[in-house]
Amino acid sequence: MITQIAVFLENKKGRLGDMSKVLCDAGIDLTALTIADTKEFGIVRLIARDNERVLRALKDNGYAVTKTRLLAVEVADVPGGLYGVLKLLGDGGIEIEYLYSFARTGLKKAVILFKVDLPEKAEEILKSNAIGLIDEL
Amino acid sequence: MKYFNEKAECMDRKSLKELQSGRLVKLVDYVYKNVPVYREKMRAAGVEPSDIRTIGDIVKLPFTTKQDLRDGYPFGMFASPRSDIVRVHASSGTTGKLTVVGYTKRDVDDWAECCARSLVCAGADKNSIVHVAYGYGLFTGGLGMHYGAEKLGAMAVPASGGNTARQILLLKDFQSDIICCTPSYALYIADEMEKMGVDKSQINLKAGLFGAEPWSDNMRIEIENRLGLKAYDIYGLSEISGPGVATDCVCQDGKHIFEDLFYPEIVDKETLEPKPYGEEGELVFTTLNKQGMPLIRYRTRDICSLTDEPCKCGRTHVRMNRVFGRTDDMLIIRGVNVFPSQIESVLMNNDRAVAPHYHITVDRVNMQDVMEIKVEVNENSFSDEVKRMEELQRKLEHDLFTAIGINAAVRLVSPNTIPRSEGKAKRVTDLRKI
Repeated sequence: MITQIAVFLENKKGRLGDMSKVLCDAGIDLTALTIADTKEFGIVRLIARDNERVLRALKDNGYAVTKTRLLAVEVADVPGGLYGVLKLLGDGGIEIEYLYSFARTGLKKAVILFKVDLPEKAEEILKSNAIGLIDEL
Repeated sequence: MKYFNEKAECMDRKSLKELQSGRLVKLVDYVYKNVPVYREKMRAAGVEPSDIRTIGDIVKLPFTTKQDLRDGYPFGMFASPRSDIVRVHASSGTTGKLTVVGYTKRDVDDWAECCARSLVCAGADKNSIVHVAYGYGLFTGGLGMHYGAEKLGAMAVPASGGNTARQILLLKDFQSDIICCTPSYALYIADEMEKMGVDKSQINLKAGLFGAEPWSDNMRIEIENRLGLKAYDIYGLSEISGPGVATDCVCQDGKHIFEDLFYPEIVDKETLEPKPYGEEGELVFTTLNKQGMPLIRYRTRDICSLTDEPCKCGRTHVRMNRVFGRTDDMLIIRGVNVFPSQIESVLMNNDRAVAPHYHITVDRVNMQDVMEIKVEVNENSFSDEVKRMEELQRKLEHDLFTAIGINAAVRLVSPNTIPRSEGKAKRVTDLRKI
């Protein structure tokens, strides 16, 4: 499992820039960042190495933040890599709240991060099918 | 038909004063005997019923406020035995508690007369078809105008609010000549008529009595042009009876207050000292003929001025100009009274899901009042899932609707972005150009 930090931002000009500056000033190196947005607000989801430092920097600057544990798997960066994992979870009755992924081009691997409704069960299914779960990026 | 009750409406001022004096003396004696709150208030002010001999003595009497009504919730201010009360109405109060008003049979009849007089002010008579598009229910608008139309002998169409397409169908098919609703709803009907391809020549409205919310002369002109009628302002508040406390006459130059039944005063909004005609201040009413829940010097919180200059219509009753403000923070949204404190209590009741900081923005979009409430997300409620945040938003909107009775849009904003101010926070921005 990987720790993700989510941040509430209003969907307004300059808000993402302001948040990035806070992270930059705190010397934070981001591994991944994605945004789920609606007309009115966005939820920034980010992954960094030093979670405590990220949390402190954001909280000190008045942001609403929350820590979430995500399932993370590493699969071969080939067609069908994502599908294989999704099919296993779907057949197991697991619902996916959201996911995002990125490729590690040099390693020919792809990393997929999931938020699911039943994390323990999902973990079991993936393990029994020899899918490579990872605990750090 | 020029007047509904010429004797009362055109009474010379001297006879009117005598009538008011006689009614006030009886009223004070009556409430002193029947309403403990008034007995205590008068004792505290050192006034005995025998000190009140003429209408001029009214200044010796203590004021009544909405707080008094709330303290007596629900029936504490009633002066008649419960068995004589035949009707109640209610409006929203500051803490979610309603302000309840009780009427005896005679009160309902007097009120119907006020509404009948108002309808005649606007040119109605017994041949009229009166389309009542105010809400029917605890709100006084619908039933008030309905009874007025019946009292006049006109034909009442109890359309109530909503379902605008059907309202337009009724207006077209029945050829109603009088309409009663809020001014913003009148414009909404005009908009919908346009969309449905119904021209104003296909309806037969001659006049409208519009009230329950503040409006301007520009809005009057727009309503008149778009619906092809004469637009009259009608004023009232449930505490005093309901619509028909005061109404524009054909001169459209101030609303005549039916002074044989309601005695108006203007007082300084800070010192509460009485002010002469022509000066602006808080409007205060004494109900001269009520039995169920008479009120003495009730502070309306509405700011306006009065004039006793003779009116060309022949009515001798004083006129009030447009209400141009309030001395409290009450908002009137689509005719519904809303207090910011009601919104605050909804936010506080949500398991600290949002911070107790909020900001209300009211605007008028397509002639309809809209309200947006900004609330701050906090750590208790913030989730990484969009779904959960939208659920929170919808729950707050639902709870607000339950508490205040109108739809408000909730907007979630970042923590610490709503300005905190020392002392009294500025909770409301009203962008409506009225």
